[in-house]
Amino acid sequence: MPDDLLERLRSRLADEGREATFAHGLLAVQIPREALLDTVKLLKDGFGFDLFLDVTAVDWPGRDPRFDVVYHLYSTRDHVRVRLKTAVSGTDPVVDTLVPLFGAAAYMERECHDMLGIRFRGNDDLRPILLYEGFEGHPLRKDYPKGREQPLVRYRE
Amino acid sequence: MNHDHEKTGAFEYLTTRKDELVGWARKFSLFPYPFVTACCAMEFMSVSSTMYDTDRFGAALPRFSPRQSDLLMVVGTITHKQAPVLRRVYEQMCEPKWVMAFGVCATSGGFYQNYAALQGIDKIIPVDVYIPGCPPRPESVIDGIMQLQEKIAGSSHPIVNDRF
Repeated sequence: MPDDLLERLRSRLADEGREATFAHGLLAVQIPREALLDTVKLLKDGFGFDLFLDVTAVDWPGRDPRFDVVYHLYSTRDHVRVRLKTAVSGTDPVVDTLVPLFGAAAYMERECHDMLGIRFRGNDDLRPILLYEGFEGHPLRKDYPKGREQPLVRYRE
Repeated sequence: MNHDHEKTGAFEYLTTRKDELVGWARKFSLFPYPFVTACCAMEFMSVSSTMYDTDRFGAALPRFSPRQSDLLMVVGTITHKQAPVLRRVYEQMCEPKWVMAFGVCATSGGFYQNYAALQGIDKIIPVDVYIPGCPPRPESVIDGIMQLQEKIAGSSHPIVNDRF
């Protein structure tokens, strides 16, 4: 049953020119960032992917575009997962927010903004969630120095 | 009524130094404040419950208010985001107070060296006893408590002054 669903999904996406491959037991879809909202809407409304699991990003230093923003969706009806990847450049790391579709995306986008500096157009609340106010830089980027500390309390002599 | 006082030969008085007396009293009435943040908590539970039983050392009753406690047990990793909280808890404790760094993370940051982890709580507050281990065996913790007791017994206590 899930295989059937994934095959239908793959052919549906292929109609729109989206490349979809099976990787590690998941259907992985590479999409341009302009198509993100439409694709997620299609997955949610057309294929029953109703649970937003995660958004994170991968930093590829030296590659252009530098970042991959990675989404995972889950279908509670069919118990299958799908992974969406969209590449954004290091100079303009912006994608559309998914908050209108999934409320849960708000916190996860805040975390992704904390750690990797991806900005989400339409999400107005990108305050630090795991980091603290005044933290400079994005610690999960590969160019963040390993030993750099930003203490809030002055060290003892 | 005035009974004749019968001499039994048992000792009726003893001599000691005042510092020693106060130190002896204090070392058996440690009131720990557990500042527990990470996996070391499991060993803290183990060492404080029946099998190992810190009550034998007078250090059994955790006080969940820093104002009522005199031993700050920092159990687990402290992040830079938490550091102001730990600092404030330490400042809220009344003198005399002691601090125990429980496990390698509290001691030195342990295997964390990154943007988030404080590289040892002694960067922000003074520490009296360090307990290594990831997590430490309960025996190590008991050894640490006993070393702290020796330190308390051997130090001078400011309430002992020229008026007492």
